Amino acid sequence: MFDALSAVFSYTFMARALAVGFLVSLCVALLGVCLVLKRYSMIGDGLSHVGFGALSVAMVLNVTTLAVSMPVVVLVAFWLLHLSESGKLKGDAAIALVSSSALAFGVIVTSLTGGMNADVHNYMFGSILAMSQGDVILSVILSLAVLLLFVVFYNDIFAVTFDEAFARATGMRVRLYNMLIALLTAVTIVVGMRMMGAMLMSSLIIFPALTAMRLFKSFRAVVLCAAISSLSCFFIGMLLSFFFSVPTGACIVAVSLCLFLLFSLFAKIKS
Amino acid sequence: MSLLRCEDLCMHYDSINAVCHVEFTVDEGDYLCVVGENGSGKSTLMKGLLGLLPPSHGRVSFWGLKQNEIGYLPQQTQVQKDFPASVYEVVLSGCRSRRGLRPFYTKKEHSRADEMLALLNITDLKRRSYRELSGGQQQRVLLARALCATEKLLLLDEPAAGLDPTATAELYQIIKDLNENRNVTVIMVSHDIKNAVEYGTKILHMATHVQFFGTTKDYIKTEAYARMIGGGKCV
Repeated sequence: MFDALSAVFSYTFMARALAVGFLVSLCVALLGVCLVLKRYSMIGDGLSHVGFGALSVAMVLNVTTLAVSMPVVVLVAFWLLHLSESGKLKGDAAIALVSSSALAFGVIVTSLTGGMNADVHNYMFGSILAMSQGDVILSVILSLAVLLLFVVFYNDIFAVTFDEAFARATGMRVRLYNMLIALLTAVTIVVGMRMMGAMLMSSLIIFPALTAMRLFKSFRAVVLCAAISSLSCFFIGMLLSFFFSVPTGACIVAVSLCLFLLFSLFAKIKS
Repeated sequence: MSLLRCEDLCMHYDSINAVCHVEFTVDEGDYLCVVGENGSGKSTLMKGLLGLLPPSHGRVSFWGLKQNEIGYLPQQTQVQKDFPASVYEVVLSGCRSRRGLRPFYTKKEHSRADEMLALLNITDLKRRSYRELSGGQQQRVLLARALCATEKLLLLDEPAAGLDPTATAELYQIIKDLNENRNVTVIMVSHDIKNAVEYGTKILHMATHVQFFGTTKDYIKTEAYARMIGGGKCV
């Protein structure tokens, strides 16, 4: 067992994948709690599909993928927020529209240019081989920034998520905090989708929060449990991905589902 | 002493004149009930008092407290019904405006939250989950949160909505005690005209403009009151 594990870590790409993966898992778990509670679960789905569309264009143009997808995804995140806040389109409908349109756009662009090559496949389903040295450094910096902002604004994020009306009345700039959550989500998704895959990124946002909410009843406990379950699911999922040569994202989702079912069972027994 | 005054206040909502030339004063220790039919501008007026919607004309002035120091009890939303939060987390979030730019709450704010829990007799619920409480208990928790913001002025938006008669009576009694014993000024927006005249010391009857503003004693002699009561009867 230990020999197998030390073999895993002797590969540079695995060490990189672990470093980025742990940070991204932590970010998605923390933000996921807010998004699920704000009824924004599908925002991850929409944004990762937009990320896929942007990536396919970046590949055609032969420019750095992160440089194109980051601003596009951030802008779409703000736009989705604006749409649902202004009530012009219902949040879930807006996200569904944007999500499928971006995916369709990405697929058209790829098939018109190079067809479905290995790179495109990796972006859709995730690969632990996808991270270069530069990607790792940028991903680590961005994830640390997300974590720091979440910790600093933890109390405000709770207030805004629990009761927007009260938060507004106490003088908080609710819109600014909603934008902060949208920004952090967009950054996390762009950083994470390389490894986890555009198609499965959204479940990584939703699963830890839902799993934690089965058993825990305070916000802090839910946030902590979501973080721990996300980290464990990532680690187990990645080892499975390595040993069975299956896409990383799919493995993590499968492990997350098992944990969710286990927690649901515990909750049922407890009640 | 006056706490707040509305002077010739006009407000638009969705390009409709929802509040027209409204004038009234709230003094320290008042228990003001804002009544009126649906669409009479009650909610818009409340948003104006909280500074959530700017007036199109006139102004709201405060003495001895800032606009963001009003203890507000909003109506409950769907999101809160299954929100995983402990009672203590909810109450402590009321200290937000005292915290300023500091990211974390200090000991002083923690002890204030404890004090408000004790005041509303819910210290034993402190570690419980908000979503598992009864409707009446949840309102007490939100009241404690509002009091964390300030003890000067409470603004309550239909506080008894969705409560059973026993919980409603209890809640009105708590609000009355706060008003009489702790000198908390109360503004309550309510549909419940019966309890409004029973507990309120002053009434503001809205019909886009001010239909009546004065003491409850005077209000119950008016035609506006007779119509409100008559409207509630089954014939």
